[in-house]
Amino acid sequence: MKKLKVEALVFKALVYLSILITVGVLLMIVLYILVKGIPYINLELFSFKYTTENVSLFPALINTFTMTGLTLLFAVPIGVFSAIYLVEYAKRGNKFVSLVRTTTETLQGIPSIVYGLFGYLFFIRVIFKDYGLLAGALTLAIMILPLIMRTTEEALKSVPDSYREGSFGLGAGKLRTVFKIVLPSAAPGIFAGIVLAVGRIVGETAALIYTAGAVSQIPKNILGSGSTLSVHMYKLWSEGLNTNQSYATAVILLISVFLLNMISDKLAKKITDR
Amino acid sequence: MRKVKETVMKYVFMLCAAVAILAVVLICFFLFVNGIPAMAKIGFLDFLGGTRWRPTADIYGIFPMILGSIYVTAGAIILGVPVGILSAVFMSKFCGKKVYRFLKPAVNLLAGIPSVVYGFFGLMVIVPFIRDNFGGRGTSMLAASVVLAIMILPTIIGVSESALNSVPESYYEGSLALGATHERSVFRVMLPAAKSGVMAGVILGIGRAIGETMAVIMVAGNQAVIPSGILKGVRTLTANIVMEMGYAQDLHREALIATAVVLFVFILIINLCFNIVKRRIN
Repeated sequence: MKKLKVEALVFKALVYLSILITVGVLLMIVLYILVKGIPYINLELFSFKYTTENVSLFPALINTFTMTGLTLLFAVPIGVFSAIYLVEYAKRGNKFVSLVRTTTETLQGIPSIVYGLFGYLFFIRVIFKDYGLLAGALTLAIMILPLIMRTTEEALKSVPDSYREGSFGLGAGKLRTVFKIVLPSAAPGIFAGIVLAVGRIVGETAALIYTAGAVSQIPKNILGSGSTLSVHMYKLWSEGLNTNQSYATAVILLISVFLLNMISDKLAKKITDR
Repeated sequence: MRKVKETVMKYVFMLCAAVAILAVVLICFFLFVNGIPAMAKIGFLDFLGGTRWRPTADIYGIFPMILGSIYVTAGAIILGVPVGILSAVFMSKFCGKKVYRFLKPAVNLLAGIPSVVYGFFGLMVIVPFIRDNFGGRGTSMLAASVVLAIMILPTIIGVSESALNSVPESYYEGSLALGATHERSVFRVMLPAAKSGVMAGVILGIGRAIGETMAVIMVAGNQAVIPSGILKGVRTLTANIVMEMGYAQDLHREALIATAVVLFVFILIINLCFNIVKRRIN
């Protein structure tokens, strides 16, 4: 009996120790970055033009917004429409559907550097011939496509069938039912997925270095090269200078991810509360 | 008119669904077409088994990088998996709703932190710690393993937690009724029952660790030689690509693309394992 008690105690201790490590590591990273970085957040860091003296992250910030917008422009319609097809139209056990599922899962597992290299080989060498935001956005769009598809699918599935039946019963066609009834009901879940995808776009580096390039400037148009915040931070590291500005950039990245996660959570709750 | 619109839109939706297939086909095509000829030119065995990487002398052996990727991934698994699984056990079986409402977003935040931030944290905190306490330069296999272990935690926790939650409650109750304690029921009944799901989480974690680039490159030291100890620097397949792609020319550039092919094949194998395990769960 005593042996059993000891065993239970050991189990319990290990479990508590592990969760302490997990939470402890997270707190350490967040606090360390905040404490080291916040003192260096100043107006100079947001100067309109980047120079080696002010090490401004403002161009990178603007590029991050552009990159996010462009990527979503491609990925959201395609991802949402794919999910509509899979949930609302496709028959179960269809060969095409299982192929879509297998390829989506494959896309999900591909490392971002492989996406980056593919983007370089296809978008840069074959299509655009030079680094640019558009090439980066197209690369990222493929990367986040599985995420958008999966979250949209789940959101669509959570809409009760009675909604659809009611709509059909009132004489609406399939398309009308999908756009006027199902999509609005699934909207919070879809947006939760999109917000998560924004987090991935903001944090991505490896897929962008050789597609969008790493120039610290706001390009004249979307075909021009420019670095996002994460790429900017990588550049600061590779140049081996400006540690303080790296901390400050890390603070901004952390805060954005934190806010995005929170918004996504709130939206996702809306759907599970129903 | 309405019927035409319905049919057209149906095919538009279908076309969008086909984009995923097209993307995979394009990725495979462009990687293999650009990578395989280089491998043939260098010689498959010399490329995969060669222990020297000297682009300036046109010697391209990626064996040290293959080993490097395997070593740091193994290190991350050894450090990260126990902590991840036990944390999942806590979240699923040991904590109340209130604590859970704090823990879940915390784990999600851990998943959302960009890899450059992890790398930077590793460089500023973990690397100096290793240098001061264990010796060496600090940028090492150990540092990369620690950073990767942290990065795969959320993957392992998330998948293991849902695997534990999907074990029928009756198992737990049955175990309690037989006189087992809460801890014993969880560890001897629930966890074994969730084994396949936990395994799936570990495989996903391996995939994430082997594919991670930015965090590793910042803490691993990146020497293209077979490491002789955990405090020595190491270069992974991913690091090899990022570090040299910027200036590589001709065969050197193709050898880097071939490196990505090797990485891609690794990932495909891992995906296959994941699918086999997943099928066993269903």
